[in-house]
Amino acid sequence: MEVYTAMRHFADSWGLLAMALFFVGSVLFVLRPGAKRSAQEAASIPLKED
Amino acid sequence: MNNTIPVVALTLGAFVALLGAGFANDSLFAAHMWVLFFTLTAFTIILLRRVNFAPAGKVTKPVDRSGYFDEVVKYGAIATTFWGVVGFLVGVVVALQLAFPDLNFGPWFNFGRMRPLHTSAVIFAFGGNALLCTSFYVVQRTSRARLFGGDGLGWFVFWGYQLFIVMAATGYLLGITQGREYAEPEWYVDLWLTVVWVAYLIAFLGTILMRKEPHIYVANWFYLAFIVTIALLHVVNNLAIPVSFLGVKSYSVFSGVQDALTQWWYGHNAVGFFLTAGFLGMMYYFVPKQAGRPVYSYRLSIIHFWALIFMYIWAGPHHLHYTALPDWAQTLGMVFSIMLWMPSWGGMINGLMTLSGAWDKIRTDPIIRMMVIAIAFYGMSTFEGPMMSIKAVNSLSHYTEWTIGHVHSGALGWVGMISFGAVYFLVPKLWNRNRLYSLAMVNWHFWLATLGIVVYAAVMWVAGVQQGLMWREYDNQGFLVYSFAETVAAMFPYYVLRAVGGLMYLAGSLIMAFNITMTILGYERRENVPGAIPAALQPAE
Repeated sequence: MEVYTAMRHFADSWGLLAMALFFVGSVLFVLRPGAKRSAQEAASIPLKED
Repeated sequence: MNNTIPVVALTLGAFVALLGAGFANDSLFAAHMWVLFFTLTAFTIILLRRVNFAPAGKVTKPVDRSGYFDEVVKYGAIATTFWGVVGFLVGVVVALQLAFPDLNFGPWFNFGRMRPLHTSAVIFAFGGNALLCTSFYVVQRTSRARLFGGDGLGWFVFWGYQLFIVMAATGYLLGITQGREYAEPEWYVDLWLTVVWVAYLIAFLGTILMRKEPHIYVANWFYLAFIVTIALLHVVNNLAIPVSFLGVKSYSVFSGVQDALTQWWYGHNAVGFFLTAGFLGMMYYFVPKQAGRPVYSYRLSIIHFWALIFMYIWAGPHHLHYTALPDWAQTLGMVFSIMLWMPSWGGMINGLMTLSGAWDKIRTDPIIRMMVIAIAFYGMSTFEGPMMSIKAVNSLSHYTEWTIGHVHSGALGWVGMISFGAVYFLVPKLWNRNRLYSLAMVNWHFWLATLGIVVYAAVMWVAGVQQGLMWREYDNQGFLVYSFAETVAAMFPYYVLRAVGGLMYLAGSLIMAFNITMTILGYERRENVPGAIPAALQPAE
């Protein structure tokens, strides 16, 4: 059970923090000022051809 | 000579299957290997009849490197339609078996064997083929690159997947199952699917890596998440030790509640990543294409993606409320399920609002209407699901028909409708037709399917709530009021009505199959195209 305990403690401390930070970071990155134009370009990809 | 490698591989495979049948440890394995042997032999013969003995150097047609590999997408569109009809038909049969138990023709066509046949046929055969062919279509278009790995890899993925479906389906009817929901195939079929899935990942990811478009379009993110996560789920959930390498039986490496949680970690994420993420990829490509407008908010779609990925994976424990699973894990599953409301509804709003400024298309374009109803059902079932994951609600709804109704509003409404929309979009494009054979038939399909789902879901709500209440009804002495058999008998009218709803859905899919066939054959039905201006109308002088 030592492995279980170690993983369990990692999961509810550093693992949780890392995932939460990654998630918040990716949301903030998407909403950063200046992302609007590149998002509009990306949105038009399917409409570019055929 | 063309087809050399596939013919040799198929012949060897057939020989190995024959050896498996000969040296089998149990009769089921022998029977299953005979099925495999005859399937592979039939394909060998078909390929041999197509061999072209042109002199070396003139064998292969010049490959068009600039174009896309659409041949496999065409096969996929046909397979989607075919397996859809098969899966819905088996669904109607099992619905009738529940209402009229005399329809159980044992041992092969008992409900217990037909039910996994139905679930696998609709999820993996119909849904899987829809995902396979649309993902190949979308990744090539949005990457502006031909499918990675040459045409051989694409064909291997397609035919390898069909072989998996055939082996899984025949296995169920023979009585081969490892008893894990939505993962019933035994270890050797699981191993084959793993090989096919890795090839799928290579083809898909390779195309993305070789793309000529700088940005990876969001639909591909969803498709890739679906492929990667399903690989992970499939491998972990099917970790098992076979009793014999020439026998069907295997035992899971997990035991007890760990095994149950692994099963439902798989089961719920099969819903989250197979039936949701993959089909959201479809939504983010085909809705903008059919509407002719970009997605409402691209940034919202990215947030939708990350939120879905981060939350779905934790929701599985809500299938194990009030079991031996630790309380904290049950609560975790419930909390994450409720949080899923946000990304789900964000995605739904994003899909619907793509039509802002083009709402008239719902009136004039039956394909758009199909996609819109799919998104509406996505919203409804992702509202209902988290609600049912709340422990108090779950104590009433669990193990009742309510769950079945919920699953079908998601599967028939969201997964089915968005796939129909995608196939209706794809077929005229792939075969270079002006339009579908008949748009009026799309309309018929739309209404039959929608009303079928409404009948199905409404009946199952009533049935489920009644069932749940009857099970928990105590008298003032503390005894249960109803015996279990009484609660089963009370379900009869609902079961009959459910079969009626399913029959309507099946009828719609038959109309679709006819419409698709006629479109492929190149016919065009003469009819008034909705929204078109009649030629006789003259502007006022």
